[in-house]
Amino acid sequence: MSELINKKIGEKGCCDIIEIKGLNKWYGDFHALKEIDLNVKEGEIIVVCGPSGSGKSTLIRCVNFLEKFQEGSILVDGTELTDDVKKIRQVRSEVSMVFQHFNLFPHLSIIDNLTLAPIWVHNETKQESREKALKLLDRVGIKDQAEKYPNQLSGGQQQRVAIARALCTSPKIMLFDEPTSALDPEMISEVLDVMIELAKEGITMLCVTHEMGFAKKVADRVIFMDEGQVIEQNTPEKFFENPESERLQLFLDQILTQ
Amino acid sequence: MAIYSLKETKQPPQSQTKAILWLKDNLFSSALNVLLTFVALYILYLLLPPILNWTIFDANFDMTADNQSCGREGACWSFINANLKMFIYGFYPQEELWRVNTMFGLIAVLIAFGSLIKNSQYRAHYIIGSFLIYPVVAFILLHGGLGLEVVETDKWGGLTLTVVVAAVGIVASFPLGILFALGRQSEMRVVKFISVVYIEFVRGVPLITILFMASVVLPLFFSAGMDFDKLLRALIGITLFQTAYIAEVIRGGLQAIPRGQYEAADAAGLSFMQKTTLVILPQALKISIPNIVGSFISLFKDTTLLLIIGLFDMLAIVGAATSNSNWLGRETEGYVFVAMVIWVILYSMSHYSKRLEVRFSTEHK
Repeated sequence: MSELINKKIGEKGCCDIIEIKGLNKWYGDFHALKEIDLNVKEGEIIVVCGPSGSGKSTLIRCVNFLEKFQEGSILVDGTELTDDVKKIRQVRSEVSMVFQHFNLFPHLSIIDNLTLAPIWVHNETKQESREKALKLLDRVGIKDQAEKYPNQLSGGQQQRVAIARALCTSPKIMLFDEPTSALDPEMISEVLDVMIELAKEGITMLCVTHEMGFAKKVADRVIFMDEGQVIEQNTPEKFFENPESERLQLFLDQILTQ
Repeated sequence: MAIYSLKETKQPPQSQTKAILWLKDNLFSSALNVLLTFVALYILYLLLPPILNWTIFDANFDMTADNQSCGREGACWSFINANLKMFIYGFYPQEELWRVNTMFGLIAVLIAFGSLIKNSQYRAHYIIGSFLIYPVVAFILLHGGLGLEVVETDKWGGLTLTVVVAAVGIVASFPLGILFALGRQSEMRVVKFISVVYIEFVRGVPLITILFMASVVLPLFFSAGMDFDKLLRALIGITLFQTAYIAEVIRGGLQAIPRGQYEAADAAGLSFMQKTTLVILPQALKISIPNIVGSFISLFKDTTLLLIIGLFDMLAIVGAATSNSNWLGRETEGYVFVAMVIWVILYSMSHYSKRLEVRFSTEHK
């Protein structure tokens, strides 16, 4: 089976863009992440799932250092994450994140939300960042809302803006932290459609989600976490049809019978 | 099972007599409400006639009347007219009054000119430039220098002094308050400690104490020859005091910003300064507008305490004017006049704050 995984991965780039080794994290006494080892190839689409409190969000938030960790190492595109502010900003300028609750800046118009980081972090001119932003808004289907403010849009529209904002800095890696969990049911598909489009374009994606349809459709690898550890990882076909561990079987039974 | 067709959208029902409906809803909706309405009407009946009689119907509006010919039944408004210059300028020399007028006039000119600038970037530059240059110009105009005769600060008084002290207090305490609010949230222990100690110390002491300390205790630490200007000491005291309150108000705003905003700014790669000035502060200040303005309003009122250290603000001028033997016993007119002037100024401030809130609103409209 590992051959199968490697074969699948082999189709994507040659090199690991994220290397996580021996990662341990504690909140106080609570051991949130236990000895995580995970390598992600360039262009790979990874879906992380697991019950709530399993550490999946914590894991991807370590990748852009929104969470500090106590042991282990994370290399992102060759830069090791340490307390060094310069290195952290270097990594963050290449990694974009989409949050569960969108976290758009409510005091800025949609277009200003998109151009903030390009102008201030990537030193682009107002003109070029604006052009790029409008293209991206067009791509996620909300170009005509550019001058509105986030609170004037629906949840689905806000999350599509958040994805466009994340793309506006031309990141190498996209992190998705439960991007559809806060949405009304009828708005989930409009966000997933954008994400599927994105996955086809070869950007590296690390995605925490319970949308198993999305995982089956585009994931190269699905990871199951529980109690702060990686329990099982596999290609989506094997993952859903032949789950090996008992806990994954139980988890899949629970979410698929919903 | 049944299928329902979509209903038409209709206008809400209109009643013909809106005024009567309003009265019924607001004044006579229940037995208690009816009772309260009549109690309120009775109180108005008791209070309004004497007030109106004194200020208008029995009052003497003859601006040439002196204290004797004015009569005692109603207000003698010629008192205000005769002392108007003192109310506005204090004891500022007569022949130099144009300097105070120019200072106030310049504000109007600056605001009028600023409203003509449409480009938001030029406008920001203009505002920042004005804030840097205007205080210097105003100081030279008021105090003298550069060929203008020096007018010592103990000659300043009245509305001029009130406005100068309030304006300096507001303009200086706002940026300092932001710094201390951020300092109190800082992860750097020393900065946080200093901020907390400062804020809690100043908030734990009445303004009068600080004014006394600034005007009486502070000079003890300096050698005899060094004489600090009294007004300057008062300004420093008021600014220090106001800074602590503004800092707490803004901290309240900062705490209302969800964690997700910090995370989104971090994840985008913004530096601490960029995150603070571009994402966090604009939102925190917007939330804090009503409280910031409220704090400025109480600062404006607090300027009346300057009397205690021997500075004559507009309220203190009432005492000074009525101690003149020509105008004995006209305190009431003076206090009513000052109260009205202060009310107009403070009401404008609070009205302006409401307009700011509407302007910065990004919610559904």
